[in-house]
Amino acid sequence: MPTKVEKDAISGQDTTGHEWDGLKELNTPTPKWWLYMFYACIAFAIGMFVLYPSIPYGTGYWHGLLGYSSRANADADVAKIVAVRKGSMDRIAALSFDQIKADPALLEVALTSGRITFAEDCQPCHGAGGGGNPGYPALAAGAWLWGGTLGDIQQTVTHGIRSADPDARQSAMPHFGADGILKPAEIQAVADYVWATFYGHPTSGQDLSAGAKIFADNCVACHGDHGQGTREMGAPRLASHVHLYGNTEGTIVNQVALPRQGVMPNWGARLDPATIKAVTLYVHSLGGGE
Amino acid sequence: MCIRSAVESRKIAVSRISKDDRRLQLQREAEGDHLYANRIRVYPKTVHGAVRRTKWIILILCLTIYYLLPWLRWHRGPGQPTQAVLLDIWNERFYFFSLELWPQDIWLLAGALIMAAVALFLVTSLFGRLWCGYTCPQTVWTDLFMWVERWVEGDRNERMQRDAEPLNSDTIWKKFLKHSIWLAIAFWTGGAWIMYYVDAPTVTIEFWTGQASNQVYFFTGLFTVTTYALAGWAREQVCTYMCPWPRFQSAMLDDQSFTVTYQGWRGEPRARGKRVEGAPPAGDCIDCGACVTACPTGIDIRDGIQMECINCGLCIDACNHVMERTHRDKWLITWDTLARQAAKQQGRHDAIKIFRPRTIVYLSVLLVAMTGLTVALVTRSTLGLSVQRDRAPVFVPLADGSLRNGYTMKIANKTQLRAAFDLSIDGLPGAMLAVAEGDPKPEPVLRMLSASDEVDTFRVLVTARPTALADGSQPVDFVLRDTATGTRTVYHSTFMGPSGYASGSP
Repeated sequence: MPTKVEKDAISGQDTTGHEWDGLKELNTPTPKWWLYMFYACIAFAIGMFVLYPSIPYGTGYWHGLLGYSSRANADADVAKIVAVRKGSMDRIAALSFDQIKADPALLEVALTSGRITFAEDCQPCHGAGGGGNPGYPALAAGAWLWGGTLGDIQQTVTHGIRSADPDARQSAMPHFGADGILKPAEIQAVADYVWATFYGHPTSGQDLSAGAKIFADNCVACHGDHGQGTREMGAPRLASHVHLYGNTEGTIVNQVALPRQGVMPNWGARLDPATIKAVTLYVHSLGGGE
Repeated sequence: MCIRSAVESRKIAVSRISKDDRRLQLQREAEGDHLYANRIRVYPKTVHGAVRRTKWIILILCLTIYYLLPWLRWHRGPGQPTQAVLLDIWNERFYFFSLELWPQDIWLLAGALIMAAVALFLVTSLFGRLWCGYTCPQTVWTDLFMWVERWVEGDRNERMQRDAEPLNSDTIWKKFLKHSIWLAIAFWTGGAWIMYYVDAPTVTIEFWTGQASNQVYFFTGLFTVTTYALAGWAREQVCTYMCPWPRFQSAMLDDQSFTVTYQGWRGEPRARGKRVEGAPPAGDCIDCGACVTACPTGIDIRDGIQMECINCGLCIDACNHVMERTHRDKWLITWDTLARQAAKQQGRHDAIKIFRPRTIVYLSVLLVAMTGLTVALVTRSTLGLSVQRDRAPVFVPLADGSLRNGYTMKIANKTQLRAAFDLSIDGLPGAMLAVAEGDPKPEPVLRMLSASDEVDTFRVLVTARPTALADGSQPVDFVLRDTATGTRTVYHSTFMGPSGYASGSP
């Protein structure tokens, strides 16, 4: 509280009466209307407390007279955007891939929707942008096991690979080592042959004839005599620089002895057809599409 | 009394009862609110003269430009806005006569603002607060509103008398009329503001047929209310309490700046009445208070340069009139510098010093900014190319041993013509380019079409067998050539792959 209001000798102004260590404060009054605006702000704040959710009490809170809820607003916004998208998604479901691609605006919607679905459902295994991970195919590389046309991709996404879906793509590389079809020395010989011939790492003076014979007897049926693979059976192309499980001779040995056989889920059970088409278009656009 | 400023009246109040500090203290405490000052209403008196005429001319000029500029048409071609000045926020374009600016050109606006700020500094250091007194919207609209007030309610004395009397039907009617006119002007002001953002004739029709957007109604209302409140009610309170400019403009002033100045050496000691022989010596100031009653901020210019003074010079007109009538020399209140006044007090006449370090610095900065901005505006490219490399995946090794990188490319075509471009890549022999979406067909040179007046986004895939991938990356240049004009735009980027990559063996 002010103790003694007095007149400052130099300026002729009043002091506020406050004094600190001999320093006195001049009173430079704020205008009254400023004070009233401050009161108005307080009244406004009280109004907000009453109208909007404000005071928490134990297990609940004051909901406000207006019944405002940010959660309900968010739900309404989501419903609104779903309704907005519905027209486009219905058209994507109804039209063929060629028809969608002929409509740039619709294609953009499909690619955007596909990008989001890809990020949620595909990226954890296949990597951002379809870059792939060891054991999970690089979709952008174009080294398709089952084909890279839009139809192929749609088929794979819908029914999966070795999944529970009856129409799933199935391929089974025999367990040449584990089932005792080939002896370890034979496995090493065929691995040497594949590594030198198809992977492009020949060692001078190496005798590959044994490996070549084993390859011709056991592998050519699916992988082809030039290591070109067979898509109908999901048999990988060996004459390539991109391999699912790695680019070392060791992985060849492992894949012959006890092959890993990865599973791709049948997304048809979880995503609607329009979304699958959208994500198919997106995957196709990553650079590997055929 | 309302003749004097708040500070002045407080001084008088204090001196009158200063004998009894205790009584004053008790009185203040009883009021309980001495930390808040009641607003003392200012009733500026009409003045006539050269300054007032200049102010009217500037006012009419400013308001004419403000209210009518949105209606000025400008032909730009089919499908283009026909408004000469339009800040089209929705479509992200700023049209200023033949100039069309994009959001990417926002730095030009920054440059223009820097230029305006430095120009303001320069003018202030030379001639004081000319901005405040003549062209500030607060001053211009307050002046207009005061003119309305004077026209409806009469001049100073009449208005003071009216406010002191109890309400009568004439006062009620006149106040009603005054506020109605104020609101009409405020509404027109708010409406004109909107027209700088949307097409003026269209929005006018939409406004009155109820078809305009909520934003249009909201902002028209907002600017109506603010104009009415600030020019009608707040007035000088805006300058003294709200505006930061009076506070820091003192940094631009020095003793060589021209400001509205009371020539104390000539006027003091002030004295009323006739100058008679034998009386104590008296100056030219007859202490009539004309300068105080004319002041729109309610101060006494004779107290010297002060924060509340907006330098409008209406006190000059008021004083000149009095000096004329009392057969004295005019310009007792004038524009002058503190240095020259000090010299005059000693009977010397100093030359005006326009060029001083401060003004030279401001002028140089202004000239540099103006030159830079002009050059930037003239040489502004109408074609923009930006390329962003994909970060995930950084690169894709392909089955045949080559590498692929993805790039997102934006081509900004700022012309009104569709354009065809040839995109190629330098520094990567044998590279093939393809647009990702649709059906990619790799080609060494891509033909790209861009729509007029738009930014087009493409995702471009570059496949190559780089030979110089020393540390996993090598520099490349994207070259965009306009097929019609042959103009080339180059964007530096990089191509990446596994370190130690040798063509053919991953």
